[in-house]
Amino acid sequence: MAEITLVEAVNLALAHEMARDPAVVLLGEDIGNNGGVFRATVGLQQRFGAERVIDTPLAESAIAGTAIGMAAMGLRPVAEIQFSGFLYPALDQLINHAGRLRNRSRGRLACPLVLRTPCGGGIHAPEHHSESPEAILAHTPGLRVVMPSSPARAYGLLLAAIRDPDPVMFLEPTRLYRLFRQPVEDDGEALPLDVCYTLRSGSDLTLVSWGAMLHETQAAADVLAAEGVSAEVIDLATLKPLDMDTILESVARTGRCVIVHEAARTAGLGAEIAASLAEEGLYSLLAPVQRVTGYDTVMPLSRLEYQYLPSVERIVAAARKTLEAS
Amino acid sequence: MSTVARFQIDHVRFLDPQGEALGPPASLPDFARDPAQLVPLYRAMYLTRTFDAKAIALQRTGKLGTFASALGQEAIGVGVASAMRPEDALFPSYREHGAQFVRGLRMDECLLYWGGDERGSDFSVPRQDFPICVPIATQVCHAAGAAYAFRLRREPRVAVSFLGDGASSKGDFYEGMNFAAVWKAPLVIVVTNNQWAISVPRSAQTASATLAQKAIAAGIEGVQVDGNDVVAVHHVARQAIDKARAGDGPTLIEALSYRLGDHTTADDASRYRDPAVVQEQWSFEPLTRLRNHLVRLGAWGPDKEEALARECAEKVNAAVEAYLGVPPPGVGAMFDHLYAELPRALATQRETALRFAPTADREHHGGDHG
Repeated sequence: MAEITLVEAVNLALAHEMARDPAVVLLGEDIGNNGGVFRATVGLQQRFGAERVIDTPLAESAIAGTAIGMAAMGLRPVAEIQFSGFLYPALDQLINHAGRLRNRSRGRLACPLVLRTPCGGGIHAPEHHSESPEAILAHTPGLRVVMPSSPARAYGLLLAAIRDPDPVMFLEPTRLYRLFRQPVEDDGEALPLDVCYTLRSGSDLTLVSWGAMLHETQAAADVLAAEGVSAEVIDLATLKPLDMDTILESVARTGRCVIVHEAARTAGLGAEIAASLAEEGLYSLLAPVQRVTGYDTVMPLSRLEYQYLPSVERIVAAARKTLEAS
Repeated sequence: MSTVARFQIDHVRFLDPQGEALGPPASLPDFARDPAQLVPLYRAMYLTRTFDAKAIALQRTGKLGTFASALGQEAIGVGVASAMRPEDALFPSYREHGAQFVRGLRMDECLLYWGGDERGSDFSVPRQDFPICVPIATQVCHAAGAAYAFRLRREPRVAVSFLGDGASSKGDFYEGMNFAAVWKAPLVIVVTNNQWAISVPRSAQTASATLAQKAIAAGIEGVQVDGNDVVAVHHVARQAIDKARAGDGPTLIEALSYRLGDHTTADDASRYRDPAVVQEQWSFEPLTRLRNHLVRLGAWGPDKEEALARECAEKVNAAVEAYLGVPPPGVGAMFDHLYAELPRALATQRETALRFAPTADREHHGGDHG
């Protein structure tokens, strides 16, 4: 089995679905001849032709908007927004149309599109290239929001996203694109889009995270393990709809929870998870839930970005705080 | 210095406001001398106007929500939709029920939508036309994407998108047109220039001499048509649709008209425009124009007019009755079409909604068809 990076897994999944289903088309800026600025679509235009791998004009709203029209007419478009900071012009189309078309036509028209976009910081990118917009998307009815944390997960979740009959926002952490390799079999097996994954079992506290922050979260679990603390680590994978059952079940055993995310704190997904724990799991909590998040600041330019991103030290400190509570 | 590009915009009109042909009879398109083709256009425009009057009356008596009338611009919707084939796809804005009725939309379904019920957009026919688009100009992108899908599958189908003069100021109008132009996709974009975007006049919307010339920036043909002359609208639409179907790319049509009514039933246009000007515009309205032309052809008279009035009133009344007879949707309908399959997290919320719903809803579990 080939060991591949996350960005190669994305490419593998796209190629698999394009070969399997002639309705799958890709569209976006620089995705054709150039293979995408991160090379996620490299070789696909050469293999499947320019009609199915479309280099679009530079306009994000129309990339999303035309994908909606394609999807409603029976295609399975996978649109790429080059960087998540350029996603915002497309929000009108995603919020007002992609997420609503099935509902407003009572199921007569559907919108099975995937919108892929790199997200998050940590690669010393220019301004507007390191955003974490998942909460905006997760707040929108009718959308699904997915963020893989490994090559294998990226492959299986992307297959599922393309096959899903509804719009899926597929956020790819740029920091993970080439961070590590993993054996991924090109077996066409999709992963479910409504479950969290327990990456590591533990009994003393539950660490919940998604995307690139799982890297720091796992490292924090290692530090805690060296201190004799057994941390369970949960990867959300699908951010909307959220599988609270897995988190609640874990917290019922550990009694402690730290939520880690890169996006800004206020009204972030961490708040949603903490609120759900308070509503449904309060009596199993032995300590207040802690959040370790990006600050409510503008994502800084590269010199300060690692001060903004939650660090192993911050996660360990939050974990200790929950452990010190009665 | 040298000139690298020049352009001109044609204005098309066959009938003057009194319905008299502007040129010799031979200058008219063939269909414009054929009552068998013209009478259906007149009937469709008459029905639209009858429907509008009734819908406004329903709103005034609390039986319909906010409604946007097409008064004065009936020729645009009817003239364009009558040039489409059933398998084509329409992407309407919110003032195109005239076009939608020609496409086969039932009037009771249209009323159901404006009466606050999503089932009104679950058209019995045509199943692939988009519901009306309330956000401005976004539908141009949807139509461009649909047109791309048709072309990719080598289907001889055309997407037709409507928008208003105000919408021509939005990015999605240009973006959608530009994508379709680059793709040479089978798309026809129709700007219904009724001179008003709620209270903002066309002169405050753009410094362009015409809206049709916005096509030039996208490298496609732009044509202006007298939108109150249904012969001209139908002729231009037919040419554009045929061209798109033949694989020769998109066209932008600017149809000049005048919004004789308020923006919607929630608007009072007398606050911002002179009623005398509106009165003056009545002399250009499209129904009289075609009726006079039909009379000249010997194909119309008072008897037929009376019979049509009666027939349209009966059809509209029957639609109103059907609409008023539809029971409200169950509470569960909010959830049942959000996703193909309701996620677990939402199932809990649906249960909550049902628990607090009126008793009747709880008894039959609240869905659309329960």
